[in-house]
Amino acid sequence: MMKQYAEQIHRCFRCGYCKFPTDYSDFNCPSYARFRFDTYSTSGRLWLIYAWLQGEIEWSEHLAEILYSCTTCKNCVEQCPMKFANDIVDWIVAARSDTMEKEKGRIPPAVSSFLEDVYRLGNPLKERGRRDAWANGIKRYETGDEYLFYVGCLGSYDESGQRMARSVATLLSKAGISFGILGNEENCCGNEVYLLGENELFRVLAEKNVRKFKELGVKKVVTLSPHAYNTMRNNYPLVSNTYFEVYHYIQLLRGLLQANKIKPPRHNAKVTYHDPCFLGRYNQIYDEPREILQSIPGIELVEMERSRENSFCCGGGSGNFVTDLLAGSEESPSRIRVREAYETGAAILAVACPSCMIMLQDAIKVEDLEDKLTIKDISQVVSESL
Amino acid sequence: MTNIYERLVGIVGEGYVSNQKEERYFYSRDPGLTTPHEPDYVVMPKTTEEVQEIVKLANKEKIPIVPKGGGLALTGLVVPQRGGIVIDTKRMGKILEVNEKARYVIVEAGTTHGVLKSYLEKRYPHLRHSIPDSPPIATIVGNAVIHGQGRLAQQYGFNSDLVSGLEVVLPTGEICRIGSCSVSPYWFSKGAPLPDLTGLFLGWFGTTGIITKLALRLYPCKKMRDVMLFLIDRGELVPDIVLKLSDTEMVEDIVVNFQPLPLMLRENYNMLIYITADSDEELEFKRKMLWDTLWEYFDNRDGGFMSLPPIMKPPYLAMPSKDTTRFADVKKGGGFEYSGPIIPIEKYPVFVTKTVELASKYNLSYSTVGRVIAGGHCMMFAFAFTFNRADPDEMDRVRKALHEAAEFSIEQGGIMWKPNVDEQKMIVERMDPNTLKIMKKIKQLLDPNGIMNPGNWDISA
Repeated sequence: MMKQYAEQIHRCFRCGYCKFPTDYSDFNCPSYARFRFDTYSTSGRLWLIYAWLQGEIEWSEHLAEILYSCTTCKNCVEQCPMKFANDIVDWIVAARSDTMEKEKGRIPPAVSSFLEDVYRLGNPLKERGRRDAWANGIKRYETGDEYLFYVGCLGSYDESGQRMARSVATLLSKAGISFGILGNEENCCGNEVYLLGENELFRVLAEKNVRKFKELGVKKVVTLSPHAYNTMRNNYPLVSNTYFEVYHYIQLLRGLLQANKIKPPRHNAKVTYHDPCFLGRYNQIYDEPREILQSIPGIELVEMERSRENSFCCGGGSGNFVTDLLAGSEESPSRIRVREAYETGAAILAVACPSCMIMLQDAIKVEDLEDKLTIKDISQVVSESL
Repeated sequence: MTNIYERLVGIVGEGYVSNQKEERYFYSRDPGLTTPHEPDYVVMPKTTEEVQEIVKLANKEKIPIVPKGGGLALTGLVVPQRGGIVIDTKRMGKILEVNEKARYVIVEAGTTHGVLKSYLEKRYPHLRHSIPDSPPIATIVGNAVIHGQGRLAQQYGFNSDLVSGLEVVLPTGEICRIGSCSVSPYWFSKGAPLPDLTGLFLGWFGTTGIITKLALRLYPCKKMRDVMLFLIDRGELVPDIVLKLSDTEMVEDIVVNFQPLPLMLRENYNMLIYITADSDEELEFKRKMLWDTLWEYFDNRDGGFMSLPPIMKPPYLAMPSKDTTRFADVKKGGGFEYSGPIIPIEKYPVFVTKTVELASKYNLSYSTVGRVIAGGHCMMFAFAFTFNRADPDEMDRVRKALHEAAEFSIEQGGIMWKPNVDEQKMIVERMDPNTLKIMKKIKQLLDPNGIMNPGNWDISA
């Protein structure tokens, strides 16, 4: 993998556009906003990777921390003015992949533990229990069901994720959609494993999931998490023949609302929406969540200063919702983001991603905003209004 | 040195000091061709008082200090030639005040041009500042310290001319206010009616103190902005055309490019003429005046306006210009550097000829840019060459070409803008001895221990 980028990575001019949103209003690279040394910006990372490849600097714990603190949010891809912009995250992932081979055991312990847990337990959350403990009567997928509802690790084990999963399942049921879950047969999607550069483990996970889907005759998958949506849509085809269609639940929900299969009554609330990177910048799904919110009578949607392609990442990408390499400061991205949401005057911060949910929920506690701002998944905003 | 690290941590907090290899590597260089030199520490203060404490410590221990903003001069001015402490100012990023009536803004040292642009557009859309073409991470202070130019340079001069007050931490640790703010709560003037002491700091590249706050003049932001492209194939006519355009007093900015790409403009001098207005009528009137002004060149078949299709205009109108940055990757190499002398406009044609000659001699890709300053009193001319950061031979050839360009500039009466260390020596060698004497006295007075960005303006010998 190194060869693919080693001959290109010197092309970064370190101009710094990658640090900003389009209007330059603030720093929009989460790890740079957190640490503020230029080394933690995209250009810093690319220059350090190049220096490492050239033998000018040696691998170190600190370099590993810099490399893995990137949330792969793609703000840099959005803002870089150079022709190689689309390759930047691939370069960072490739460098991580190289470190797996060349610097075994010298990656941040939290990252190492994340990968080991996925390998051993099928999830990064150290959970050994059943994946379907949340399901409470939601049926298993059967051949002939229209959709497989893939809930992922956070939907299976995290309390907030489970609530999201139940909320989505309830809406799908109410709309008469035929679907089922994999329950305890579900496995990690591998999105973070891919982004952390563990190619072999990712390949195993992707192949295993695709094989399972095939066995069951799955033709359509709807995911709870944008991370799973992203990797099944964009990364699985790199390692396996993906014959099935992939949707994020937001796409389905919008269709159900448009078709009047779900009719939310009035719900008076001021809401702001946080774009998850893996729906937004990775897959250009910006309008659908907003259309859902605006279709609920009484909802006033207000935008944060940074939204859509300029959205500020919650800091959870690339496994950081577990590894938490950006935590510990008032400049931690999730804390910056909830302050920004609070400034809009909204009572609800709507999300569409379980990773964003847990990052932002933790942040409102630390910021002491629990009484002023409530984090809800879009499906919860819809289902609570029913 | 461990003790110094701990004392720095005591001043700014553990998260904002580094003596690790990775930071020392990155802060040892800029995007240009200056030989890297590592600092011992990188530190990121948040307040003037923290800067003051760092400076006092460094002065007591005689440790070099290099203040750094965006670090985009390309000529190595923030490369710590003697090691020591790099002070990255970008955590000091507050916009402290906008005075709408007196039209100035007060910013902290690390405020970037990008953030100020965005702030004014949202909160004071009737006001603007002079935005340079450097990327938006360039700081207001850094740009003023190197006498940068922006989009209003043709009308109002160098960005350092637009400064209306400073707060400075002197090398001996005192905090000092410069300009009207030294007497009054208002930051409306950098000097008059007092002696103008900003000259003790602007253009000195951080060798006489660290600017921690700066007031910058703001100007009316017209509702409309347009660009016209005048093409001419005779370089010797450019100076007169520039002056005629400037005489109209209707032009925001004049930039003259001569470069091999894009092919459709090759062999032509491309004059980008920027105009602003508050109404369609005003804009049309200005267009007509400029047409009339340059009609004789059209009549003589020397040149003419090229109609710019709408798709071509946004890149020209963008502030800052991303195309300037993209030049680094024209040949997929990731680097460019330019020698940018300030020259009399009458010399423009010979500078273009010299650039083409150097590009041919050293087998390099080139671009030239001329930006008119202060109504035509002078021009910034850029001999710009790209290089591949993975090709040491090409990097060396660019160094040689730039060195020759600098020698040529001086011979022709120009003075290098933001000169690198070697170019500073060239300038000092030719300087009036009594001027140099004054500079030495100032440096000795302000920085008795020689801790401030040593190696730059090295006039102690």
